[in-house]
Amino acid sequence: MTNATTLEAKTPKAIPHSSGKQVDEVTGSQAVLEAFIAEGVDTIFGYPGGAIMPIYDALYDYHDRLKHILVRHEQGGIHAAQGYARTSGRTGVVFATSGPGATNLVTGLADAMIDSTPLVCITGQVFAHLLGTDAFQETDVVNITTPVTKWNYQVTDATEIPSVLAKAFYIAGSGRPGPVLIDITKNAQLQKFAYQGYTPCKHIRSYRPKPIVRKEYVEEAAKLINAAEKPFILFGQGVILGKAEKEFKAFIEKTGIPSAWTVLGLSALPTDHPLNVGMLGMHGNYGPNVLTNECDVLIAIGMRFDDRVTGRLDKYAKQAKVIHLDIDPSEIDKNVKSTVPLWGDCKETLPMLTQLVEKKEHKEWLAKFNEYTRQEVEAVIHDELNPTSEILTMGEVIKTVNELTNGDAVIVTDVGQHQMVACRYAKFNQSKSNVTSGGLGTMGFALPAAIGAKFGAPERTVVAVIGDGGFQMTLQELGTIMQSEVNVKILILNNRFLGMVRQWQQLFHDKRYSFVDIQSPDFVMLAKSYGIAGKSIDQRTDLKTAVTEMINHNGSFLLEVMVGKENNVFPMVPQGCSVSEIRLK
Amino acid sequence: MSTKQEFTITVYTENQIGLLNRIAIMFSRRKINIESLNTSPSEVDSVHRFTIVINEFEEVVKKLVRQIEKQVEVLKAYYNTEDEIVWQEMALYKVPTDIIAEKVKVERLLHQYGARAVVIRKDYTVFETTGHREELEGLIKALEPYGLIEFVRSARIAIIKASKGFHEKLKEFEEHEPGEEVIENEFLDKQDEVFTM
Ligand SMILES: Cc1ncc(C[n+]2csc(CCOP(=O)(O)OP(=O)(O)O)c2C)c(N)n1
Ligand SMILES: [Mg+2]
Repeated sequence: MTNATTLEAKTPKAIPHSSGKQVDEVTGSQAVLEAFIAEGVDTIFGYPGGAIMPIYDALYDYHDRLKHILVRHEQGGIHAAQGYARTSGRTGVVFATSGPGATNLVTGLADAMIDSTPLVCITGQVFAHLLGTDAFQETDVVNITTPVTKWNYQVTDATEIPSVLAKAFYIAGSGRPGPVLIDITKNAQLQKFAYQGYTPCKHIRSYRPKPIVRKEYVEEAAKLINAAEKPFILFGQGVILGKAEKEFKAFIEKTGIPSAWTVLGLSALPTDHPLNVGMLGMHGNYGPNVLTNECDVLIAIGMRFDDRVTGRLDKYAKQAKVIHLDIDPSEIDKNVKSTVPLWGDCKETLPMLTQLVEKKEHKEWLAKFNEYTRQEVEAVIHDELNPTSEILTMGEVIKTVNELTNGDAVIVTDVGQHQMVACRYAKFNQSKSNVTSGGLGTMGFALPAAIGAKFGAPERTVVAVIGDGGFQMTLQELGTIMQSEVNVKILILNNRFLGMVRQWQQLFHDKRYSFVDIQSPDFVMLAKSYGIAGKSIDQRTDLKTAVTEMINHNGSFLLEVMVGKENNVFPMVPQGCSVSEIRLK
Repeated sequence: MSTKQEFTITVYTENQIGLLNRIAIMFSRRKINIESLNTSPSEVDSVHRFTIVINEFEEVVKKLVRQIEKQVEVLKAYYNTEDEIVWQEMALYKVPTDIIAEKVKVERLLHQYGARAVVIRKDYTVFETTGHREELEGLIKALEPYGLIEFVRSARIAIIKASKGFHEKLKEFEEHEPGEEVIENEFLDKQDEVFTM
């Protein structure tokens, strides 16, 4: 059946050297940079060192074509690349040297792996003849990173570089995206070879990024949806990664189905959309959690039923028929058994479904969500956003940011109470606007990710919402902000605690506060030493002016807001409980 | 309900450095012990074949096999119960030559187990048997009283009874737009179980 002519027609053409001239010979290092240019890379986040010096030497001649951001720590570099990928929808790239440079990437790789972020990381490696000799700064990076990469590979011969990088970009960005690491020995970086241009990769025989959509499943799913009286949609980052926001909106608007989001799905649908019923999971909204156990058809789109979303699995949506749309076949039935598994790219499957479903409104059912919202507003939200006590709440700070940015900002969050509050209350008008570490919950993610987010979406306001604890994990990246003159708004919500852990200790460990009262430096002075303007406030009367100043400031700005020390995030589904056992206090 | 049972996993892969590790850690991550693992060429040139034996619940194995198949350099992964495969293991036994020479009983024993002498030296003799686990282990027990010096058993190798081999599949995999039959969808084959409306 192999048809040679059609195969050939589909094989992409080689892209010539970026200089526009006929170049017969290049070094491995130059080949890496040529690959980047051919793939449309414009920004690299990196840190040099011995084993990657030939690549940095080549980069010297490419500074007109490739922007390189010198970070302060390789973890910062990879988180920045993640932020870049999340706001731009493209693959982020990272350079690091061998040994410690490479091991510093591990947290970011694990984060990108679990949150499906496309990255290509290049690490330098010792000369091939030194492999296995405990040479200076030699670590077995390929083996260390195997469980946290979608694919990784070691290059010891420069002639492999164009095809390996083509594979790397193809794998990172296609199907369910993920991080790829290419380890290149120093000799391969230096080696000259005959250059035949760069041919992008479009096919790997052992790799199926997209399952073939089965029409009969779409039909079954549509039948279920048409018969449903209380259908409920859960959407995740798959909608954003699949660039299917429009298709998604068309689908829910035709079916009139209430839709709730996972933390990573946030911003795929505007917050104010009438069918957007809020957030799922441990600190999600009341209605979506309770009604998960009441709906008759549950339609999961590009989400993976993480345990923070499902709570206790054996009491999760047992009454419902489940339709699961996902591009990754291994996600189907992994946590929640599906009635109709709908493998495929939701950019394809959603329009097929939309065609087959009947136009409907689920007024009564939607009213039920609204009734739960009313209860939640009364019990939690009203006081969080309009507190009567003098002490500032995190919620009112986020509300002020919403008002002053009109919901058009990119919000990058770190991990903890402030993250949950920001996700709960931030407003979004457009997709790719919420950047957070969801699956791994990596403290220290936000500051570097915000830097990358700004490079990925330079025209947008980027606000990094960070806790006093998490900020201290990667604050060295203030140096990157200083040097790259990137405009990032840093909003520290300082509760003088490792708040999320303190909340658990209060609720589940008899208030035995064990090592959660973290001290902080003078953040404003710290920012100042990096030439970054800043301010600290603890009065409600100053809030609006301070946030306005932060937003309007020409350049980066650090605003510290002192908030209540022992405020808790509610509602909450306690660990080990069912979603319908969600607590309002 | 379900209990742990023996499954033989067959994985068709590219022949790539590091892939063994990538596959092996998928078991250790879930704290699953690999009972036996064999890597070898397959019926198709350039395609490698892993045969892995584990004891697990079918639910776990099913998910695990999907995760294995998801790896970029894995072409296809299958899991089978014992009755769905034809399998063999091989064992080598080293015993003192003088004892075997003396004892007629030993000779009869070896014969009974279908053992074949591979090397005969003055000081020791190496026998080989091929078969199922119980048979190979039976012979160890039997030889122990006669001064078994060394014993080693190979990993399991298995042929899937219902398989048509990988030649046709590979052709499809090499196509840019594969036909539907190649991405076989296990749900579709079990539609009755799937659509529980
Ligand atoms: C790298 C890392 N270490 C530890 C944790 C566990 N952890 C989760 S939230 C949290 C507290 C965060 O404190 P802070 O940054 O001040 O944010 P808050 O919860 O107070 O808003 C901790 C320690 C983590 N998620 N990541
Ligand atoms: Mg804190």
